Amino acid sequence: MLSADNPTMAIKIVERRPLSLAERTYLPQILAGLKVTWDNMVRPPVTLQYPDERPTIPQNYRGVPTLVRDPNGREKCVSCQLCEFVCPPKAIRITPGSITENAENAHVEKAPQEFEINMLRCIYCGLCQEVCPEEAIWLQTQYSMTGTSRDQMVNNKARLYELGGTLPDSHHKWDKKKAEAEKQADGHH
Amino acid sequence: MVTDNKPSLVTLTVDGVEHQVPAGANLVDALGKIGKEVPHYCYHPKLPVAGNCRMCLVELGSPLRDRATNEVILENGKPKIGWQPKPAIACATNVTPGLHVRLNSPTVKACREGVTEMLLLNHPLDCPICDQAGECKLQEFSAEYGRGYSRYVDEKNAKPKHTRLGPRVTLDDERCILCSRCVRFSSEIAKDPVLGFVNRGSFNTLTCFPGRELANNYSLNTVDICPVGALTSTDFRFKMRVWFLKQTPSIDTESSAGANTTVWSREGKIYRITPRQNDAVNDTWMADSGRELYKIVEAPNRVTTATVKQSQVTLDVALEAAKQALQGGKVAIVGSGHQSVEEQWLLARIAQATAATTYVPAHLGKADGLLISEDRTPNFRGALVTQLTTRPADANLNALKADIDAGKVQTLLICREDLADFGLTPSTLAKVRTIVLATHHNTTTAAAEIVIPALTVFERSGTFINCQFRLQSFAQAVPGPTGVVPDTLSLGRLANVEVANLWQAIATSTPTMAGLNGRLLPAEGVQLDSTPWASFSFPESKLLKFAPVARN
Repeated sequence: MLSADNPTMAIKIVERRPLSLAERTYLPQILAGLKVTWDNMVRPPVTLQYPDERPTIPQNYRGVPTLVRDPNGREKCVSCQLCEFVCPPKAIRITPGSITENAENAHVEKAPQEFEINMLRCIYCGLCQEVCPEEAIWLQTQYSMTGTSRDQMVNNKARLYELGGTLPDSHHKWDKKKAEAEKQADGHH
Repeated sequence: MVTDNKPSLVTLTVDGVEHQVPAGANLVDALGKIGKEVPHYCYHPKLPVAGNCRMCLVELGSPLRDRATNEVILENGKPKIGWQPKPAIACATNVTPGLHVRLNSPTVKACREGVTEMLLLNHPLDCPICDQAGECKLQEFSAEYGRGYSRYVDEKNAKPKHTRLGPRVTLDDERCILCSRCVRFSSEIAKDPVLGFVNRGSFNTLTCFPGRELANNYSLNTVDICPVGALTSTDFRFKMRVWFLKQTPSIDTESSAGANTTVWSREGKIYRITPRQNDAVNDTWMADSGRELYKIVEAPNRVTTATVKQSQVTLDVALEAAKQALQGGKVAIVGSGHQSVEEQWLLARIAQATAATTYVPAHLGKADGLLISEDRTPNFRGALVTQLTTRPADANLNALKADIDAGKVQTLLICREDLADFGLTPSTLAKVRTIVLATHHNTTTAAAEIVIPALTVFERSGTFINCQFRLQSFAQAVPGPTGVVPDTLSLGRLANVEVANLWQAIATSTPTMAGLNGRLLPAEGVQLDSTPWASFSFPESKLLKFAPVARN
């Protein structure tokens, strides 16, 4: 135990150096402080007048998760529910559904009937984007999500597509599949 | 498939380690029993062997013998093994004494990788939209033996997608790996051969015969045994991914065959019902009609609150009123083959205490010789074992009607039956005080004085005794409507029986079930002694695993 009558404890006594004359006048410290003040007075301002002014968000930012369409306007999500499965806070809730047979993208067969992301639960981890086999869910640059009720903080399918917009598609796997099927339908078989 | 009835064991050497397995057993099954999985698609233990997927290729060998002396040739003190020059399929091999198997040699591995690559050549790889994902053998073995990318440079074959094979089955031919399990099931088990392969080579396609469809009442078993997502259930299609679903063991209630089932649910909602293997009852099959029964849970006419004289009351008030009514004497009780053994036992206690006459109405239909019997209730045998009744099921309730008309009955307790089906109209029921335990509203509940809500088979647990006198348990899969308690609690209140130790009381008072606990039954059930009812007349004829006792 540490106590005054136990001198064997490893206590190092530091000798306090007396202040020099300059230090006793406080002038060097005052001048150094004034330099910092002066530097900031002449530097261009860095504060943004939020919300009138908005910061530039880098493209790899993990903002609000959204659903996107491909350049042809087809909804990319096929409701495989992998994001729902992987989501650590269980923020995603999908009701799977089929695509009607006379729709233009009927060959995709499956699309979400409803898709809800509860932004009160979402932790912006981006696992949903990472796991998505169709590149349909993206955490884009929107960072501000507010609402006046709990319901408003749940993004439904319509809202998710409104937030997500269109992203370029480098694979066109469903278009290729449809083209192949059509080619073989009137071809060799 | 054990071809030898004698349970003699032979030595099977797997990768140099000796195991004892039943002689003559199928090699895939024998290896499965000792924990060695042989990947396979086309082999199914309950179907004839086809041997067309080639996934189960293994290396076989046996000890070499000297031709002159027939002595085993030794090498370093051990028998020298003569390995067959080519791999053989395990599913078409029966275990013989001294058989040696290699499961992990480079040849076997190369075989599996080759087969996997070949099967994936034309496979669409659309796992994200495939219902089989998560329980797909091709997905599992591709992860184990696939190379992760395709060397195939040509275009994949386009085959018919979204094909309607029948009212309940949808086919995606691109996913089919041509294992022929469904073809064999349709011809061998369902005896309705409507499926077959057309075209050749990589255009080989599963299809229905022209003008026919896969419409028999066992068609959904083809979906269960399909190792890939080619055959899918139209009802379950795109409803939920299987990895979200919780599995609960249950019993098919559509007939006294008592097929074992698994109920798949998520967050209190049931999505599908599939068969559960029980070699003594249903093998791995069940009827399509039993798979739709879960829809009764969300039916709009569910009884969700207790009522007395059509006004909503709490369950306590209703049970107290029922208790009072039962104490008035002149009681008749209509039990049901839809009740569990526990409920029937409690009802029998109530009948004893009130000296009531009991009736168990018969629900008869046509049998199909497989898993649907004539008796369309799951538990009429339970009513006999618990002594709720001592007669065959009542084909009509004319005796009860006459008693009511003659004023011999004042209070009528009805459990899980709609008496309108048996000619007891609301005007007849109006002559007595009626207490009804029901899951759904019907003519009887509308005419009843006291209605006590009950739970469906998916919302409560209990036991049924099937036509083989096999005691089988079912478990609660989903919660019932708010405030509705199991029948055992309601009936326990009416019978003044403490239900916490219900099975102790049942086991001591029922000789047939002495020493049993219905809460701790093995998965395959317990066979009860049926000799007390050997001379009894039951309506059931021959089923898949049931043969009626021959009577003179």
